[in-house]
Amino acid sequence: MTLPSPLALLLHQTVYDHRIFWRSVAPAFFVLVFPLIMLVVFTALFGNELIPALGVTTAQFYAPSLAVYGAVNAAYVNLSASTVTRREQGILKRIRGTPMPPWVYLAGRLLFTATIAFFATAIMVGIGVAAYGVRLFAHTLPAAILVLLVGVACWAALGLLLSTFLRDGAGAPAVASATLLPLAFISDVFIPPTVQMPRWAELIADWFPLRHFTHALGDAFNPSLSGSGFAWSGAPGEYAMLHHLAVMAAWGVIAAVIAAWRFRWQPNPEGVA
Amino acid sequence: MAAVVVENVTKQYGALTALAGVSLRIEEGEVFCLLGPNGAGKTTLVEILEGHRGRAGGDVRVLGFDPAQGGRAFRDRIGIVLQHGGLDDELTVAETTRYYRSLYARPRRAEDVIALVGLQSKAHTRVKTLSGGQRRRLELALGIVGEPDLLFLDEPTTGFDPSARRQAWDLVRALRAGGKTILLTTHYMDEAQALADRIAVIAKGRIVAEGTPDTLGDRHRLDARIRFRLPAGVAFADLPPSLQHAGSTPNGRCELRTADPVPLLRDLTTWATARNLDLDELSVDRPTLEDVYLELTRE
Ligand SMILES: Nc1ncnc2c1ncn2[C@@H]1O[C@H](COP(=O)(O)OP(=O)(O)OP(=O)(O)O)[C@@H](O)[C@H]1O
Ligand SMILES: [Mg+2]
Repeated sequence: MTLPSPLALLLHQTVYDHRIFWRSVAPAFFVLVFPLIMLVVFTALFGNELIPALGVTTAQFYAPSLAVYGAVNAAYVNLSASTVTRREQGILKRIRGTPMPPWVYLAGRLLFTATIAFFATAIMVGIGVAAYGVRLFAHTLPAAILVLLVGVACWAALGLLLSTFLRDGAGAPAVASATLLPLAFISDVFIPPTVQMPRWAELIADWFPLRHFTHALGDAFNPSLSGSGFAWSGAPGEYAMLHHLAVMAAWGVIAAVIAAWRFRWQPNPEGVA
Repeated sequence: MAAVVVENVTKQYGALTALAGVSLRIEEGEVFCLLGPNGAGKTTLVEILEGHRGRAGGDVRVLGFDPAQGGRAFRDRIGIVLQHGGLDDELTVAETTRYYRSLYARPRRAEDVIALVGLQSKAHTRVKTLSGGQRRRLELALGIVGEPDLLFLDEPTTGFDPSARRQAWDLVRALRAGGKTILLTTHYMDEAQALADRIAVIAKGRIVAEGTPDTLGDRHRLDARIRFRLPAGVAFADLPPSLQHAGSTPNGRCELRTADPVPLLRDLTTWATARNLDLDELSVDRPTLEDVYLELTRE
């Protein structure tokens, strides 16, 4: 008999992570339900009218930006917190004592995270289409899917990086949210860009990979823009997301390298030396 | 062939020396037991052999591998029951077992190992609702589900009720009968006595004694003990001289130590029969493994 193939183990891990996720209430709520509640609240508060400065309706703006918020919750908050908890409890240590290759385990967790993020986005957009007249465009769909993929990978890498700094699994979601929420407020997730922000906030938002994510996905839902999105920065009125992708990819690669270097499987730091 | 060879292994935690040069050899097919006080370095040593911890110095071979470098092939052949390991609370016993069995090349059936640890009735229970002993039994099941050639058991039966412990002992004996090698740590002397082919006692990071359960610390050469309660109205000085010579009276009980208990017993019973005296709580024994262990690990 031979050892199971990496591909089989990858799928195995993904399936089990789903099982655990769907049985844990809090992560599922923040990834799936909370963004939907926000969509309902915002459209109720502002009315689902056309916002002239944006050229889209309230729901057409919020569906993609709240989908990004859900995806980032799956990738950054849930992945970091569950990793910290599993390390603290000694689950990672147990895994490390089996023939599961470490990189396949982590790849399985990333695949799980990506599937959750895509599912959450599909639900968000689906409800937007069904209930709020949100429109999808075939010509931007490939770009939107690629944006979602790179954005989730970037934030998952940041989540794994965050997990290497934390010890306490119960406190990890709070730390993750506390670092994410302030950024979300200046990254056009909850507050549309029609609101004028101070310059320093603009600069910060431009540096970090969250607003790039919301704009890259949101623009794919903007009917007043032309083009497929596969352009570096584009002419005025053209959908261009490659520069957003580049920023997210750079963050993701750097975060992944540092996370891989810092990653520990043992609950006690002195355990390996 | 040796399943485990450890030569002069050292381990530091900062300023603390956890292992100060440990050497031992575990033959294939043997049950080797590590005894030692809390903090002696048992878990440290076992986890170095498992590949969970590094070492400061010395040589280690486990099934021919250096565990610090051992890859999938190495971990496929070992089974680990950690002293402190984690489980996903949201999975059931059966799901957890199936998850781990799928990681190995030639696993056992999940139902079989669940039955072996006596958790059949809990197979579809979430891990979070298991009792402490049931959780520990599941961990034992996960240790054997990969059909390991070498099994590490770090205090495996802590929290087991007496019948679960006997069941675990039978499991260890069955594994041994199947040719597996087992490294066991425990604080239960009866467990070591019942299971071990050989025992090493470790204290403050050093091996202080090694032997079989019956010969450890020269136990088989130690004096036998004859113990009884002095009958009312009889003083120690009233005993026959041969007995006084070998005896003492800690708290009203007589304790005679001798290499050769038969003549002393004859003297004692002849003396008591002639005077028509009862010898309450009369017992003859050799020092137990626990006595030897306490002596070896005394500060
Ligand atoms: N990760 C660690 N960091 C620092 N010190 C440690 C670490 N692990 C163990 N020690 C120390 O090393 C010594 C040996 O610990 P170890 O866990 O090996 O003992 P043990 O023999 O298994 O004890 P017990 O019977 O209580 O399980 C102890 O003094 C302990 O405090
Ligand atoms: Mg220990």
